[in-house]
Amino acid sequence: MSDLKIVVLWTDALVFLLLAGTLAFGFYIRRKEHLIAPWRRLAQSRAGMAALVVLALFLGIGLVDSLHFRPLVSGGGNGSERSYAVEVLSLLDVLLAPLRERKEKTYSAPLAAHLFAKETIELPDGRQIREYPRLLHGGAHLRDPATERIPDIGMRTARGVAYGGGLWLLADVLVTLTLARRRRTTFSTMHRDVWRGVTGIPWNVILITVGVLLLVAGPVFSLAAEYHVLGTDKVGQDVLYLSLKSIRTALVIGTLTTLVTLPLALLLGIMAGYFGGRTDDVIQYLYTTLNSIPGVLLIAAAVLTTQVYMDTHADMFETVSHRADFRLLFLCIILGMTSWTGLCRLLRGEALKLREMDYIQAAQAFGVRRLRIITRHILPNVMHIVLIAIVMDFSGLVLAEAVLSYVGVGVDPSMISFGTMINGARLEMAREPMVWWSLAAAFVFMFLLVLAANLFADAVRDAFDPRVRVRARTTVDDTEGTVSPALAVEGAMR
Amino acid sequence: MLSYLVRRIAYAIPILIGVNLVTFALFFVVNTPDDMARIQLGAKRVTPDAIAKWKSERGYDKPLLYNAQAEGTRRLTDTIFFEKSVRLFAFDFGRADDGRDIGREIRMRMGPSLAIALPVFLIGLLAYVSFSLLLAFFRATYVDFSGVVLCVALMSISGMFYIIGGQYVVSKVWRLAPISGFGDGIDAVKFLVLPVLVALVASLGERTRWYRTIFLEEMNKDYVRTARAKGLSELRVLFTHVLRNAMIPILTGAVVVIPLLFMGSLVTESFFGIPGLGSYTIDAIGSQDFAVVRAMVFLGSFLYIVGLLLTDISYTLVDPRIRLE
Repeated sequence: MSDLKIVVLWTDALVFLLLAGTLAFGFYIRRKEHLIAPWRRLAQSRAGMAALVVLALFLGIGLVDSLHFRPLVSGGGNGSERSYAVEVLSLLDVLLAPLRERKEKTYSAPLAAHLFAKETIELPDGRQIREYPRLLHGGAHLRDPATERIPDIGMRTARGVAYGGGLWLLADVLVTLTLARRRRTTFSTMHRDVWRGVTGIPWNVILITVGVLLLVAGPVFSLAAEYHVLGTDKVGQDVLYLSLKSIRTALVIGTLTTLVTLPLALLLGIMAGYFGGRTDDVIQYLYTTLNSIPGVLLIAAAVLTTQVYMDTHADMFETVSHRADFRLLFLCIILGMTSWTGLCRLLRGEALKLREMDYIQAAQAFGVRRLRIITRHILPNVMHIVLIAIVMDFSGLVLAEAVLSYVGVGVDPSMISFGTMINGARLEMAREPMVWWSLAAAFVFMFLLVLAANLFADAVRDAFDPRVRVRARTTVDDTEGTVSPALAVEGAMR
Repeated sequence: MLSYLVRRIAYAIPILIGVNLVTFALFFVVNTPDDMARIQLGAKRVTPDAIAKWKSERGYDKPLLYNAQAEGTRRLTDTIFFEKSVRLFAFDFGRADDGRDIGREIRMRMGPSLAIALPVFLIGLLAYVSFSLLLAFFRATYVDFSGVVLCVALMSISGMFYIIGGQYVVSKVWRLAPISGFGDGIDAVKFLVLPVLVALVASLGERTRWYRTIFLEEMNKDYVRTARAKGLSELRVLFTHVLRNAMIPILTGAVVVIPLLFMGSLVTESFFGIPGLGSYTIDAIGSQDFAVVRAMVFLGSFLYIVGLLLTDISYTLVDPRIRLE
């Protein structure tokens, strides 16, 4: 009896599966001191935490954008046939409904009240003049944009900054209160400690990052109520909306790619290293062959063939979104196919080393089954490599999406992504004056996301890579790096 | 040395066969030539006759693997697999879907691709090594720190923005170089300056950071401590000891891409309108010309395997500790 039909796209399901897995893992390691120690180290990294705040914001937007449904169009009454819209919407679309629905005719500059191109307008007295027409929504509340626009923007910005600042103060107080209660000190001592940076987790860095984000988001929200903050694109869509929608695509490419090929890399890598011999030869041959094909070309070839397959099996997909989603998932798999070889080789090397370790030799001597040795002794000790590989790959994949979409073998043209945004805006470079805002928006959002991902990846590597840690503590020879992480962690804790 | 080389080449052959099989499976088994014909002809003109004609014009009307109607060895050779895949080993790429000879196109377009890729490779190696050496010299100071921050920031920008930004600033605002295009002989230089510059800046962050790590790793070794202990100046240590030893991983790492320089760069070439192999591939992808894509996949894999071979050889040339056994 609901008036919407929930749609679970393939990538949605995988995204939430990944989220559930992460939460379950977090719950699992909560009381395990040896597993949680590197995470503690990670939480003490300043750059890492600042990056995490930004990433969390992007992640939140991406998750809200992953809850899809189709609204009811007609029916639903007394047994009449229900029919749902062809368009699949997400929760984010609902939240951003004003942005999504206020379409203009074509390009308009950020915060403009007029269209970007001149049009012939018919005056009431029948004369025709060439002029920049007013926008349908951007600055439509102003009577005389020429004089009122700038003061109005100023006022709204100030109001937004005030809101943002207020929220920031609230966040500061809440964080300090929570910390003070947990540590049983007074509010003022805690507040001083936080801003001196003597708390283990760098709360001052976190609060500053949150503050900067709030101070930017405040004015953007307050201006977005009446203006197109980042302008509109060729078909008049709000660029801010497009940028926010692109985030999910980038996140899906960045995370699911590694996820879908992880089992393959783990299985084959460990098998090759642990069993050796003929198995090793076959697996090595497999990944050398795949690795020899230049990545972009393999992706292009695979995407071209899927495109043909999808064109000939058009009836497989309920809506355009299902089709675009299938292509996105397929792109993830193909991107993964070209990148799993690196991880597989790393895991093979590590398994090869671990096989000779005393504790594995001992397990073998006791007659422990091989499957059990792999799951109990090898797998936990290569997990840090897997984690580092996942975070390190993320930023590269986000960048790769843009290039592939430009080349024409990326996401479906109907799917909003940074690549399609750049591709659409690129042709307008030659216009005079230039249409720069789509490119600028894609640039800023991508730069923030990738920079945060890069900084976070560095922090993760520093916290998890035993080689980095061993080298930092003492100047032991590199072979020392092969100690199992569990041991190194205990060493670091003392 | 010779026996090692022969063994390595023998090892490369099964890999090349594997690549060939993968591409064959992708292009002929996942999608039949019928599907390709339908896409190429467009929805309106699809009739069984048109498909048959399209296939026979391009030689796709034969059986996939085994021709039961032919005689003798032609049972195996008069098939799509032999005509389209096995012939690649002889670098016989056949014709593109528009009827042009792919081999000829490749030979013609290698030059322009190389004209961009080679300067980028050589100048880049020099520039990145100098920059990372500078950072390594000032390690753990603000110079090093801000250099690394700059590298991370540069790494976080998509390559396309470097191109777009470069075209906008250098060509449109300053009007120093043409936005895109290509010329012959000395005329080509003015077209090449901007793409080379952009490509250099685009990979500055990543490469410098990578080389810096290599330098720092080298600086933690015992021989460096010994060199300092006997009183050598830090500059001397850096240039005569660290640089020489760090060049081994840097050079051997660079060798693998040398053959791939021929392939050019997809994005750079298409943005700057350079008639190289990269833009050829992009055009082929855009027009869904499967024959060209197949040829480029094979060529790319071949060049990569040659690069791996060269890497192995270069190891022995620069590092006497490694013997080829």
